[in-house]
Amino acid sequence: MRFLETFFNPAVIGQYLPDIIAAMWVTIYLAVATVLTGVLLGAGLACIRAANLKSVNFCIIVFADVMRALPPLVLILILYFGMPSVGLSLSAEVVIWLVLSSVLTAFAEEIFWGGLTAVPAGQWEAGRATGHSKFQTLIYIALPQAVRMGIPPLVNRILATTKLTALGSVIGVKEILSVASSAQSFSGSATPLTMAAIAYMIIFIPAVIASHWVERRFSYKM
Amino acid sequence: MNMFLATFFDINIMMQALPLLLKGAVTTLKLCAVVIICGLFGGLMLALRALSPRGWLRWGSVIYIDLFRAIPPLVLLIFVYSGLPFAGLELAPFSAVVIAFFMNNSAYFAEVFRAGINAVPKGQTEAARATGLSPTQTMIHVVLPPAIRNVLPDLLSNTVEVVKLTSLASVVSLSELLYSANMARSVTYNASPLVLAALLYLAVLWPLVRIISRYQRGLAVK
Repeated sequence: MRFLETFFNPAVIGQYLPDIIAAMWVTIYLAVATVLTGVLLGAGLACIRAANLKSVNFCIIVFADVMRALPPLVLILILYFGMPSVGLSLSAEVVIWLVLSSVLTAFAEEIFWGGLTAVPAGQWEAGRATGHSKFQTLIYIALPQAVRMGIPPLVNRILATTKLTALGSVIGVKEILSVASSAQSFSGSATPLTMAAIAYMIIFIPAVIASHWVERRFSYKM
Repeated sequence: MNMFLATFFDINIMMQALPLLLKGAVTTLKLCAVVIICGLFGGLMLALRALSPRGWLRWGSVIYIDLFRAIPPLVLLIFVYSGLPFAGLELAPFSAVVIAFFMNNSAYFAEVFRAGINAVPKGQTEAARATGLSPTQTMIHVVLPPAIRNVLPDLLSNTVEVVKLTSLASVVSLSELLYSANMARSVTYNASPLVLAALLYLAVLWPLVRIISRYQRGLAVK
């Protein structure tokens, strides 16, 4: 009984439900913005990398490696606390969006590039032989196959990255976790944290289940 | 340019902060060791349960895996650290971090192991059983070795994720690498300690990220 009172207090739920729902929209909005930016830029970078320009590729590889190796929270703190000193104040939302979409861009680029290198050379030659330009072969023949191969790992990565929107709470973005944390300290009850966990489940469990489906549907048999 | 250097690459501040950061790095290493070993072991156990023929064991593990993949690790951490005390369970930051990340990581490692075990052809199990090995012996001697070999790159990339994840421990003021760096930043009003922390993370994780890329490229070409 005390357990229910602590973690599922109806009065507290009623009081903070509207705030949590509003915060869910912020989380969803940040997640969607991150996914769109990250996947599109990632695909773009993979295509640029296919053009095989040495110095450009070097930059892309360094960017992708650094973004995959650094903990996102480090980047968030550097941008949020460091940039104002060089005269560029970014809002907390923008910092989260910038960092998360850079991270997703890096992973998406690697995934798409892995797919592009796995497309057999014969496909490229066939495309060129039928009169497509190199660019057309890339866009119409190689990229669709690379995207198809990349979908299962990409979906997993999208899930992992969008969950990181919770890091927004560290710099005060009004997303689910930060709203729940402050509600917890105001109400002196653990219930808002339970609500936060449930809110995340409502958003992400369908995504996890969809990822299982996508994995079966698009699994690439060698 | 000078302003940029002074904000992010102040050598004097970096040298001053270095001892503090190295102390933090030791905590980060300890944390990684505990979380990775527990996560690997727990993940393997979960994967075996998730593949068990007994319905309730299987469903229990599948629900566990999906649930903890859906909840952001930071939410779990805050829940364990500031939610559980309401139920009378007060945990030190280190234990709270270990428990929260164990729940998250065992789910991720379980997914990896499950994929590996599923990829071992059924005939191998049947052959082993037909030669008189018990189900446990079959699992240990016949199925697991190739399964683990197949998913080594994924295990490695998950391990990198765990190291990155430990930076979240700074949120509950466990004095690991990022927390120490952020302390140094707030004392010096300068982002250089954070950049130094980023460099330390890079020094350890960049080589691993490179290896993973190589490995995955190799598999894709094959």
